Order: sequence, then structure tokens, then C-alpha cells
Amino acid sequence: MIPEIGQFALILALSLAICQGVLPLLGAYRNDTAMMRVANTAALGQFFFVAVAFACLTWAFLSNDFSVLYVANHSQLSLPTMYKVSAVWSAHEGSLLMWILILCAWTVAVSRFSSELPATFSARVLGVLGLLSVGFLLFAILTSNPFDRLSPPASDGADLNPLLQDPGLAIHPPLLYIGYVGFSVAFAFAIAAMLSGNLDQKWARWTRPWTTLAWLFLTLGIMLGSWWAYYELGWGGWWFWDPVENASFMPWLIGTALIHSLAVTEKRGLFKSWTLLLAITAFSLSLLGTFLVRSGIIVSVHAFATDPTRGFFILAFLATVVIGALVLYAWRAPALDSDVGFSPLSRETFLLLNNVLLVVAATLVLMGTLAPLVIELMNGGKISIGPPWFEVAFMVPMIPLVLLLGLGMHTAWRKQDKRSWYTVFRIPAIAAILLGIVLPLMFYGRTGLLLAVGFSAALWIIATSLIQPIRSLRRKDGSAGITRSALGMSVAHLGMGLFVLGVTVTSAFNVESDRALKPGESTDVGGYDFAMLELRNVEGPNYSAIEGVIEIRKDGELVATVRPQKRQYLVQKNWMTEAGIHATWNKDLFVALGDQLGNGAWSVRVQYKPMIRFIWFGAIIMALGGLIAVSDRRYRLKASKTSRASSAAAESA
Amino acid sequence: MSRYVLPLVAVVVLVVFLVVGLKRGDPKALPSPFIGKPAPEFELPTLKDPSATIASEDLQGKPALVNVWATWCVGCRAEHPFLLELAAENSIPVYGINWRDTRAEALRWIEQLGDPYIASGFDGSGRVGIDWGVYGAPETFLVSADGVVLHKHLGPLNRQAWERDFAPLITTGGGAAQ
Repeated sequence: MIPEIGQFALILALSLAICQGVLPLLGAYRNDTAMMRVANTAALGQFFFVAVAFACLTWAFLSNDFSVLYVANHSQLSLPTMYKVSAVWSAHEGSLLMWILILCAWTVAVSRFSSELPATFSARVLGVLGLLSVGFLLFAILTSNPFDRLSPPASDGADLNPLLQDPGLAIHPPLLYIGYVGFSVAFAFAIAAMLSGNLDQKWARWTRPWTTLAWLFLTLGIMLGSWWAYYELGWGGWWFWDPVENASFMPWLIGTALIHSLAVTEKRGLFKSWTLLLAITAFSLSLLGTFLVRSGIIVSVHAFATDPTRGFFILAFLATVVIGALVLYAWRAPALDSDVGFSPLSRETFLLLNNVLLVVAATLVLMGTLAPLVIELMNGGKISIGPPWFEVAFMVPMIPLVLLLGLGMHTAWRKQDKRSWYTVFRIPAIAAILLGIVLPLMFYGRTGLLLAVGFSAALWIIATSLIQPIRSLRRKDGSAGITRSALGMSVAHLGMGLFVLGVTVTSAFNVESDRALKPGESTDVGGYDFAMLELRNVEGPNYSAIEGVIEIRKDGELVATVRPQKRQYLVQKNWMTEAGIHATWNKDLFVALGDQLGNGAWSVRVQYKPMIRFIWFGAIIMALGGLIAVSDRRYRLKASKTSRASSAAAESA
Repeated sequence: MSRYVLPLVAVVVLVVFLVVGLKRGDPKALPSPFIGKPAPEFELPTLKDPSATIASEDLQGKPALVNVWATWCVGCRAEHPFLLELAAENSIPVYGINWRDTRAEALRWIEQLGDPYIASGFDGSGRVGIDWGVYGAPETFLVSADGVVLHKHLGPLNRQAWERDFAPLITTGGGAAQ
């Protein structure tokens, strides 16, 4: 009964989505207020019914309703309750439902916080979001119904994939989806602007906080995924250039470009058509990511079960959305561009370079991801493009990007005076270069070209992003402090600097070693002594494990004891690696059990990873910067002012 | 004007590629692009002894089966008894590629269920699987004596599929080699 309620709720949500997609757009076209007003109510109703459907599916999991196919495939009686909940979005059908729920939540948020927008504009935005929702709901109902019954019901489920039985992975998809789907708001704003044929600086100010918010969630989502892969997959890597990782990374790169381009559009009214194109691209790449993950077109560790019907549906949807948007773009964008000039030495120039480099980076990732497919289709045979290609290709746009970033932050809009510009950078530049060479020598005992470049670049970003906040702290009373926007930018760039530092040091000084160890034996890695004391059996709630007890000593002194495990989950019978990690702020000591080699020995992967925490910490700081920027008063002040003004106008009328 | 149309053109081209790719991507409808072509080169450490390797050359001289398997794959468990039968009949050498698996688990599997393979290569990272165009385990390739892929079977192998798709090719393939 409950699953059927969920099913009906989905169909009702679809009907409301159609209302929300059609009536407001028609109303905006005919200037019919009543029709436009449907948008808010329909959005709220649609959110309600999708939430009901989601709750029904969650209930089916919690109550072990194995007559529902999806539950039978992805849950099991002894699965811990927390993972029964996260199992809801662990596979295609449920995660699609969650995607729709998040889209509805964004839509309701937009309708709530857009009271200051002109009625026709917000009607168009909500209408476009409604149309997107129609597409996804149709996809769910026609090809991926999570409420399909299984007859006769299973007595027990097939269990959740043990890889997904992890707190990190329980919250990674929701964050990632909030980010992915959030770009639909920027997309809807772009379409609404093109439909109205009016794109001014106010438009950019409305769009900015939504874009930044989506971007910061995507940042956190990607970071969590990378961290999970690090400790759960047992390889000790943090990024694998897997097609599905790339699918989340491309929208991030374009979203980052969009945030910067929006800044120019808001401050100077420039780059309008470019901003529109980026807004369309960011969301299109989110859709492309969905397609790549769910169609099985590309081999990946993350890929969902393959189903060509689903693949064709998403592809048709993707083509409709993207081609529709780009036709509109080709038609309307030329009229929107304005010809305002700027001097070659100005912030505009640097943001343009930022955009070009980020787009180049995203294109490289896209090429690398699709190349195996394209070459195969052109009868070139199967090739696999591995991390080595990506690592080299990706450096090409990234090195200039990080160097220019420091310059761009301290360059004025329109035209920058050369002399004062040089003064700002003298000290940070010299300090970054010197310390970039000296510090690695001091702490790690060697340096090299790439290492010095990376280290200096990281210090350069950190130094230049601290200039403004420090000046603000030391300012005289009465002078204006740093705005939240500028502070957010500084913090996000600081995060970028920490990230680059982490990547540079980890890749240069990481020591990795596979050894065969028996209890009583020890091995030396990166100046630390790893001694295996014993191996023992451990029982978990739904797995049994072999646990190694390994003592880490430096110069005879005990540093830590880690307990890596090899777990066998009881239902699916597969083995999972739980790495034993001793983490401090400046290094990780990582031990993972590999395979049993016979006569009591195990292959053990031991790694010394200096500063790897900076990679994820940097990403969190970046997201924090986004949060600070979103909280800038000007986004809210205008809102309350205009709404007060409009309510006053309504009263006087 | 043209610069505003350019993104549209790029996307249309991309969509065409994806449509074609998806058609190909239906694994049941279209045969592997390797049929009739030399099998992709590979060299893998063997499952039982990581210091020994198995490579393309080891397969040559006689028609051989290459079975892609993994312990996490239910279909592999289903086809395992048939592979054992084939090995017992001595009709064809069977080689394995242990795909995206862990060595310990794979060794235990072979110990418990029996070992039909002359040797299994251990492809933990799935790299060789990608070269061979593996969509998912189990997949079974029939490779001729001179190293050409004659047939690819998706999903669990059984007697019926064997008699229908493999056996006729082996006689002709074997004849060509002689």
C-alpha cells in the first residue's frame, strides 16, 4: 500500500510539474498575472508530493519491505538503520528520486527568496525549472520506477553494496546532487533572461548567490568523494580521473568560471553572452554527467547498472534541453552583448584569462573522458586514457591559472595603474619564490623544478589572498572594512592555495611501499618503522574481518597504533579494505591490508603521505569562502529594500 | 553571428556521437568490435603466483577460451560448474582474467569451487578489462590459434550457448590453424 501511495504521489507531482512548466511561461508571454502566480503554488505542491514519494521509499527500506524490487536489491535485514536510510539513494532509481526532490527544494527556495524579482522574470525562472522537473519525473516514472513490485516478495534482500556502507558515502551523493542540481537555477535564470531579452547587472546580482551556493555544495561533494576513495578503496590515491569523477569535476570547473564571469557581468555589465553560455554549459555538463553514469556508455568503477532505454531517455532529454537552450542562445545572445571597453591591465582581463583557462581545463577533461569512446567509434580500437595523460594535460592550463590568480585579485576594474600594481606584488612574489625553494629543502631535504613551481605557486596564492584581509584588520577606525564578498573571495583563494600546497607536497614526497609482513615482522617506510604485532579476527554487525595491529615508531618512539581491516560482508561475500590511517595535520601514515600470501604473511601497503590533509582542508576552505560570499549584505539588503518598496507601492495603490 | 551558433554545432556533433555510442553500448545487440581482429595484447601477473606472468603469447598455438571473471559476480558463480566441465572434457584450454577483484578472495574461490583455468591473470585494476572491451563479468572470448578473437559471449556461459556459438567455430578455427 505505502509504495503505491509513493507511486501516486510521483504522478501527482508530474501533473503539477506540467502546470508549473507551462502556465507561468505562457502567463509571462501573455502578461497574465493569474497564470504566472500558478508557479509558486505548483512548485510548493510538487515539492510536497515528491517528498511524500521519497518518504514512502524510505519507509519501505526501514520496514524491510522486500516486495519492492528496489528495496530487495539494495537492502537486507541486518543492515544498520543508518545505511537503510542511505540505501534509498544508493542506486539509480532512488538517487534519481533524490535528484528530483533536490530540484524541487531548489525551486521552492527560488520561489521563496525571489520576491524582489519582477513577476514575469520569476515566472519564467520557475517555469523553466518546472520543465526540467517534468523531464526528470517522466524519466523516473517511465524508465526507473523505484516502487516496482517484486512478486513473490524476497525473504531477505541482496544487501547494500558494502563499498557504500560508509558514513562518507552516505552524505556524498546528496551534497553532490545539491551542487549538480543547483546549477539548474543558474540555467533557469539564463533562459529567463534570454526569453525576456533583457540582461542587466541586476540579473547578475540575482544569479550570483544561487550559483555560488550550488558551487560550494559541489565543492564539498567532490571533496567528500575524494576523501572516501582515499580511505575506503585502499589504494591511498585521492583522485583517479575516473569518468564519473570527471563528470562531477567538469561542472565544477565551468561553475567556477561562471562565478568569475558573473562578477564581471555584475560589476561592469560585460561578458554577458559569455556568462549565459557558461550558465548553460554548467548545467548541461551536470546532465552529461548523469548520462555518463547511468547509461553505461563508458566503463567506470562507479557506473550504475546499464540499461540502454535509460541511456536513450537521458540522451533525448539532454539533447532537448541543451539544444533548445543553445538555439535560444544563438537567437537572443547577439542582442544582449554590450560594447564597453577595458584596458589590457585591468581585472576584466584577468577574469577573462581565468575563464579561458578554466574552460580549456574542462575541455581537456571532457576530451579525456570521451576520447576512448570517440576513438572506438572511429574504428581506432579501444584505448584507455589514464591518469598520466590527465595529470600532464591538466597542468597546462592550471599553472598559469594559479599564477594569474594572485595578480588578478589585486588589479582594479577598468584600468590599473602600473606602478602601484608592482608595489603590491614585490614582497609576496619574492617571498613565495624564495620560500618555495627553501622550505621543501628544509623540511623534506630536496627540491626540484616542478616541486619548486608548485610550492611557490601555492605560497604565492596564499600570500596574495591574505593581503586584503590583513589590510582590513589593520585599517584605521572609520575606514570601510572588507566586504563579505571580497572576504569570501580571499578565503576561497586561500583554500585554493592550501589545496595546491597539499597536492604538490603529497605528489612529490609521498612514499609508497608494498611489503609482505608476518606478525612479528616490520618494515621501514619514509623514516617510520611499521611493525605488525598480530593479526586477529573481528566481528562487526554485518561483516567479519581480519584486523592487523600495526605499531608505528619513529626512532624507537611509539607514534601510533593503527588497525587496518579486511572485511568480508556476510551477504554479498565481497571483501572490503578498511585502511588504518594515522593522521596529523602535516602527514598521513596509511596502512592497508592487501592479500593473504600464504604461510601467515599478508601483503601490506604502507604509505607515507605528507600534507595530504591540505587537499581536503583546502577544498573545505574554498567552500567556506563561497559561504562567506553568499552571506554578503548586498544580496539581502536589496531584497528587503525592494520588497518593502513594493509592499509600500501596493499599499499606496 | 557565427560565434553564437558555434556551441550549438559542437553540441549537435557531440549528441550524434553519443547516440552512436549508445547504440554500440547495447552489449546484447552488437558483437564486440574485436571479432575477427587480433586479441588485444596483455601481460598480467598470474593469480596464484604474482611473480609469474601470463601474456598473449601463452594463448597461441591452439584455440583458447579467455574467461573474464570475478568473485563478486553472481553470473560467474552460475557458469563456474560448466567451465569445470569444459576443463574436464579437455576440449579447449581455458584461461581466466580475474577482473577487478582481490587476490585473496579469488584464491579462496578457486580453492572452494575448483579451478577450471590453466592459468588466470590477475587484473585487479581492470586495465586489461578495458583493453578487451569488457562491459561486465562474466564475459568469455574465443581466441583462435593465431590469436584472433572469433567470438565473444556475454553473461554466464552454458552448454547450449557453447554448442551453438563456440563449438562450430572451434572446428573451423582449428582447421585454419593446421
